[in-house]
Amino acid sequence: MAQMNMIQALNSAMDVAMGRDPAVVVLGEDVGFFGGVFRVTDGLQKKYGEQRVFDTPIAEGGIVAAAIGMAVNGLKPVAEIQFADYVYPAYDQIVSELARIRYRSAGEFTAPVTVRMPCGGGIRGGQTHSQSPEAVFAHVCGIKIVMPSNPHDAKGLLIAAIEDPDPVIFLEPKRLYNGPFDGDPHKPAVSWNGHPQGEVPEDHYSVPLGKAQIVRSGHAVTIVTYGTLVHVALAAAEKLGLDAEVIDLRSIVPLDVETVVASVKKTGRCVIAHEATRFAGFGAELSATVQEECFWHLEAPIARVAGWDTPYPLAFEWEYFPGQARLAAALKAVMESR
Amino acid sequence: MSPVSRLHVPHPPARPGDTPDFSYVRLCPAGSVKRPDPTAAVPETEFLSRELVRVLDDSHKAQGPWNPGLDADTLRAGLRNMQLTRIYDERMLRAHRQGRISFYMQSTGEEAVATAAGMALDPKDMLFPSYRCQGLHFLRGVRTVKLMCQLLSNTQDMCKGRQLPVLYHSAEKRLFSISGNLATQVPQAVGWAMAATIKGEPHLAAAWTGEGSTAEGDVHHAFVFASAYRAPVILNIVNNQWAISTFQGIAAGDSPSFAARGPAFGMPGIRVDGNDFLAVYAVTRWAAERARKGLGATVVELVTYRAGAHSTSDDPSRYRPKAEASAWPLGDPLQRLKQHLIGLKEWSEERHQALHKELTTHVNDAWKEACEFGTLSEPPRPDPLTMFEDVFAQMPQHLQRQQAQLAKELG
Repeated sequence: MAQMNMIQALNSAMDVAMGRDPAVVVLGEDVGFFGGVFRVTDGLQKKYGEQRVFDTPIAEGGIVAAAIGMAVNGLKPVAEIQFADYVYPAYDQIVSELARIRYRSAGEFTAPVTVRMPCGGGIRGGQTHSQSPEAVFAHVCGIKIVMPSNPHDAKGLLIAAIEDPDPVIFLEPKRLYNGPFDGDPHKPAVSWNGHPQGEVPEDHYSVPLGKAQIVRSGHAVTIVTYGTLVHVALAAAEKLGLDAEVIDLRSIVPLDVETVVASVKKTGRCVIAHEATRFAGFGAELSATVQEECFWHLEAPIARVAGWDTPYPLAFEWEYFPGQARLAAALKAVMESR
Repeated sequence: MSPVSRLHVPHPPARPGDTPDFSYVRLCPAGSVKRPDPTAAVPETEFLSRELVRVLDDSHKAQGPWNPGLDADTLRAGLRNMQLTRIYDERMLRAHRQGRISFYMQSTGEEAVATAAGMALDPKDMLFPSYRCQGLHFLRGVRTVKLMCQLLSNTQDMCKGRQLPVLYHSAEKRLFSISGNLATQVPQAVGWAMAATIKGEPHLAAAWTGEGSTAEGDVHHAFVFASAYRAPVILNIVNNQWAISTFQGIAAGDSPSFAARGPAFGMPGIRVDGNDFLAVYAVTRWAAERARKGLGATVVELVTYRAGAHSTSDDPSRYRPKAEASAWPLGDPLQRLKQHLIGLKEWSEERHQALHKELTTHVNDAWKEACEFGTLSEPPRPDPLTMFEDVFAQMPQHLQRQQAQLAKELG
């Protein structure tokens, strides 16, 4: 075991994957000599050479398209999109190509590409460096979507994603890169050092895709969340002294419906929280699923906590971010309802 | 209003009712264009993007330095493949009119683009075809009946009823799955070629796309990546003058040629007579030799004419003169190769008629066999429950539930 932040854990995942399988290659803007703007690919080119770790032109559509061609030719590319906000030029290649090559060729061709991208706000990124586009991809059939909330899961999920036979969109909440974040920007930043989930095996292991984790057990209410909001939810539950069960989905697709449903049937109350915008966000799918599966167990309407339905504004980042206060208000409403 | 402020909208020289006018197509006499060594520096190849490489002259004789010097058997194999393509196209068009298939796209008039280029490559080279490259599938030995079953979406359909007719694939024959979205395959071919070099394999990739779809960002990405990594790939731009109703000038703008985009990215660009089997073969060989020597990609503009409609959903008489195909200055690729072989005394009208008869019988027999596996209107039908397969490698729970729900609906 070693102490790692999320950047080091992700780096270790690629290092381990590349060491085990010569088909794994890493490509993206600034990922080679420089090691990535967030340092996630630091040292990989030096260790594995520029045939396996290389810089690309600033063309996200080209990066994904080239990765598809490489995967069709037997490689396992890990493509970095520098910010999730930059992924849209690649949207057609992801939606119409990457997600459907297995389907349209009846399994003759496959493209097991991992597309990594930092997402989320809280770093003064404004509307072009803060988005969480998971719902935009969740609506697409044929890709898996992952968002870890801690270094241990980040490494295990990234290894699982690289080894998976299907394409995976791997979203990295960048506010969590250096430490857990409970949503309070006024508190001094904490590091992953000493956090139990900052304990990361140096060797190979994987965290299964499609498997949620109960990060706090409770009986009064279920909070279904993922990414940065996992830490906000834990802090809010603690502060309110609520016997809340907190579920970290970890995978958006495939969705671990079983874990969510079992919990809500137990607690009878459900709050869904994510950083992305609310309208037609992934919370809507979660809410509909919980309603369909748990209606007769519900003692209160399901509540959703999310970013506002506006672009992510630079100067009002913390008024936008769904922090503890917004979550606490939703929890109180759900607890008071009968 | 001052003329300076008017939007310039390129338009074709002739519309329905007008006399066809191809004076905008720059021609060069057969044999007149020099052939640089395939290892030449890009500036020494730059003239190739403005000239027009031609081998067969107006009397169907092979001329000049680009003559690939093919033996008669190879020429006859090319003729056969193009003839098969044409007969197949005609038969499938008829099948569409008979309501047996829902949609079809012919390659009439541009058969050399697939056949000659495909023959100049190795069987292990990976091909990323457009939807008008059926010649490649015949060439690589995909059975005619198999292609027909795809058009019929029947129980033997390689795509399991998931794809529009003509969007074939064959992993075994190294023919990539054709997308319905244009030009997406071009940067993918570059990625495939990059992987070949990373793996240390000597294989090339070749992609085909129409001149209209070169306007897509994907083609720009393909050029940038191919140039940066010197990927062993041949980027074919099939300039058949028309993108549905859109004249090639809408995609070309004031560019001197589509081939000229090659040198602009530091790659050779070659403008070639796309209806000249020998010229297309020679240019493809040149580009392949260059790529195999580690010198990277070549852009090839194949100048041809889409003699048929864009698809069975299109009516070209509404936007171009009817007589355009017969006025096309580069003739018909099949006729030209046939006359060349006859001139060499390696072919005859009688042999051609016999070939035509043999291939017609082959296509008709294949059609009968294919229809036995079902058509749009006649059973058997493929199992609709298979629609849930291959979305992922393993069917996730939500799809299993939906599959069970459909099974219940179907009773």
